[in-house]
Amino acid sequence: MCLCLCCVVFIFLILIFYMKMMMGSSFPEEVLEHVFSFIERDRDRNAISTVCQSWYEIERWSRRRVFVGNCYAVSPVILIKRFPDVRCLELKGKPHFADFNLVPEGWGAYVDPWIEAASKAYPGLEEIRLKRMVISDDTLKLISKSFKNFKVLVLSSCEGFSTKGLAAIAADCRNLRELDLRESEVEDLNQSSGHWLSRFPDNYTSLVSLNIACLNSEVSFTALECLVGRCPNLRTLRLNRAVPFDRLAILLRRAPQLVELGTGEASDLRPDVFSPPDVFSNLLGAFSGCKELKSLSGFWDVAPGYLPVVYPICPRLTSLNLSYAATIQSSDLIKLASQCQNLQKLWVLDYIEDLGLEELAASCKDLRELRVFPSEPFGAEPNVLLTEQGLVSVSEGCPKLHSVLYFCRQMSNEALRTIARNRPNMTRFRLCIIEPRTPDYLTLEPLDVGFGAIVEHCKDLRRLSLSGLLTDRVFKYIGTYGKKLEMLSVAFAGDSDLGLHHVLSGCENLRKLEIRDCPFGDKALLANAAKLETMRSLWMSSCSVSFGACKLLGQKMPMLNVEVIDERGPPDSRPESCPVEKLYIYRTVSGPRFDMPGFVWTKDKDSALGLS
Amino acid sequence: MEVGSKKEKKMGFEETELRLGLPGNTGGSEGEVARKRGFSQTDTTTTVDLKLNLSSKEATAAGMNLNEKANTLQKEKNLLATDPAKPPAKAQVVGWPPVRSFRKNILAVQKGSSEESEKASGNAAFVKVSVDGAPYLRKVDLKMYQSYQELSDALGKMFSSFTIGTCGSQGMKDFMNESKLMDLLNSSDYVPTYEDKDGDWMLVGDVPWEMFVDSCKRVRIMKGTEAIGLAPRAMEKCKNRS
Repeated sequence: MCLCLCCVVFIFLILIFYMKMMMGSSFPEEVLEHVFSFIERDRDRNAISTVCQSWYEIERWSRRRVFVGNCYAVSPVILIKRFPDVRCLELKGKPHFADFNLVPEGWGAYVDPWIEAASKAYPGLEEIRLKRMVISDDTLKLISKSFKNFKVLVLSSCEGFSTKGLAAIAADCRNLRELDLRESEVEDLNQSSGHWLSRFPDNYTSLVSLNIACLNSEVSFTALECLVGRCPNLRTLRLNRAVPFDRLAILLRRAPQLVELGTGEASDLRPDVFSPPDVFSNLLGAFSGCKELKSLSGFWDVAPGYLPVVYPICPRLTSLNLSYAATIQSSDLIKLASQCQNLQKLWVLDYIEDLGLEELAASCKDLRELRVFPSEPFGAEPNVLLTEQGLVSVSEGCPKLHSVLYFCRQMSNEALRTIARNRPNMTRFRLCIIEPRTPDYLTLEPLDVGFGAIVEHCKDLRRLSLSGLLTDRVFKYIGTYGKKLEMLSVAFAGDSDLGLHHVLSGCENLRKLEIRDCPFGDKALLANAAKLETMRSLWMSSCSVSFGACKLLGQKMPMLNVEVIDERGPPDSRPESCPVEKLYIYRTVSGPRFDMPGFVWTKDKDSALGLS
Repeated sequence: MEVGSKKEKKMGFEETELRLGLPGNTGGSEGEVARKRGFSQTDTTTTVDLKLNLSSKEATAAGMNLNEKANTLQKEKNLLATDPAKPPAKAQVVGWPPVRSFRKNILAVQKGSSEESEKASGNAAFVKVSVDGAPYLRKVDLKMYQSYQELSDALGKMFSSFTIGTCGSQGMKDFMNESKLMDLLNSSDYVPTYEDKDGDWMLVGDVPWEMFVDSCKRVRIMKGTEAIGLAPRAMEKCKNRS
């Protein structure tokens, strides 16, 4: 429907432009501005800004929402100059592989300079969303003091701050609606002024969403209860492990209007010790009272016997995250999942097994996204009966399934072909076969044709992660068929530079490419240097790219930052032919960055130091 | 040691860099050798001291990421080299499989308490350790140590940068060295206790080490003044110590 609206608006704009051309007069700016306000997508706004100078001006003054996919691609100064009145700022920092500890600490992605600049330029800023960035307590304090109408703070996989910073946000952001710390690392500093949650003033009632699931620290239940009780618009509450399961009932009764809930830890819930039968019925009653609840997560250490307390709400659930529930085994998972007929998103551990996925395929016909995480990722032997069959079942039974993340230990070309044919609507397919370079277990061949089938049949595929035994052939398929592919993750694959060349030359819409432990070297990279300017970033680690090639690339392509990340010491202390440890290349309009740690080298570093 | 940080330590290259890691709280990041030998080596002691000084500065710096951070034990257990007594299961590849660190921790913690065996590192027995007055708790894997003395040394190092009793805003570096803390721990001011499988609070040191590891659920180093309600025999032992 949004698309229709955009189309209508576009047509209207084209008409205006036509009329302007024909009649030589233009519409008042206010009209254009009003029309532009319906255009939300960055790509669309970028497009209309190129029509003519006056449209460019109107558009830039009216852009309220800015997304910067790589914080080093542009600088705060440039941003503020072009867009003087931004209300919502979204920034991403470290490369994706930082999630798996491949980016050394201290690499960068500090948000402080951005907020410093924003505090002066954007007093009306309302929303800040960060991903994989480093933010300090001082900056959090600055946010709380600078933006009077501040409403939304989302810190996804961020670090560098503590509960002290959170206390500042709580205390001073009077209009805060959303505080979401998803998967961030937060240091717990015991505050003499009390728990940070209690810093929300007594007359503060505007909380809509609170996600503190990642906090390792204790939580003041009293403060939490009071907060939940006085915020009538609260719809999302994701608790951390410190909130005991049995007290959940209290919170649920205070906020029966909740739409999204993440439970705390349930390990202390031992039926024989703590006032037992009451707890169960209490929880059951509380859950039954939540008529709006659609999303559930948490469930750390919950005893399977307590799962039935959520049965009343299962039919309404659209999203279920059981990926932390290591205590729930297959049969209980099946019982739970089979009651969630309206489930659209399921994140689960591989305890669900093939049998559970088969059951899921039969019961949850509206399933759109499935993620199966490994319970023992470092075990050499399989500990559960989860194979490629589970994924095949779901691909057969769930017609709307389009997003998959699947960890398993065996795969076959046949299974991949079946999945591809079943689900041509697949848009995100991430398969992780746990042991690197595992071949097709039936034929012992590489999995090239299987993944080839995926890219061939799934014409709308935007994201793909490969694993298993793969030769250059799979990259040929990807280059040939992966025309809509935007993000590709590769590990322990390929034979030669030809593989990389296929991808860089074939995938027209490629934005992010991340590669580790592949025999890709200088040739493909240098031959496709121009391609790199059309992408957001390229990551290569434990490959065969030489320092000489990096230097050359940096010199050839001034619009790229070519970062060599090498903890063995300065790269020029080794021969130029020596492969670098890690390489991160990204396009930028703001030139070299000046916050690089010692283990990061770019061509500008040498010149800055006055070296050759 | 970054005080208070439960940050993930970077993998792989740190194996060579972890010369500065505390054997106690980095749980074997030094490699098999340190793990088995405990803390009797003087060279590790000196590097440990260095580390402590560094970390005090780090701790007072306003949350900036610096290179050396403490590992969480669970993570180390999962990811690093194997026990020398057993043949290594396989070489752990850095960042593979691509599982986020907080997921690894969750599973390790849950498995640790149920003594689930992990192929690479054998049984783990993680217990929470609290010291009265310290701002937060730590988790240790009891299977890492062979005796009460080793555990005591490890805990001493782990908690040595806390100010026990006060929690001022600058109070992160009041214990200059771990021997001061050791004295405190060994004195009658503090009583090491643990909760056993039956839920009773016992005095540490009564039973043989292996039996202790099997039955211990959590450890609390409590102030002597609060050591009320312990089993009578424990109280007696307490008095005998002073």
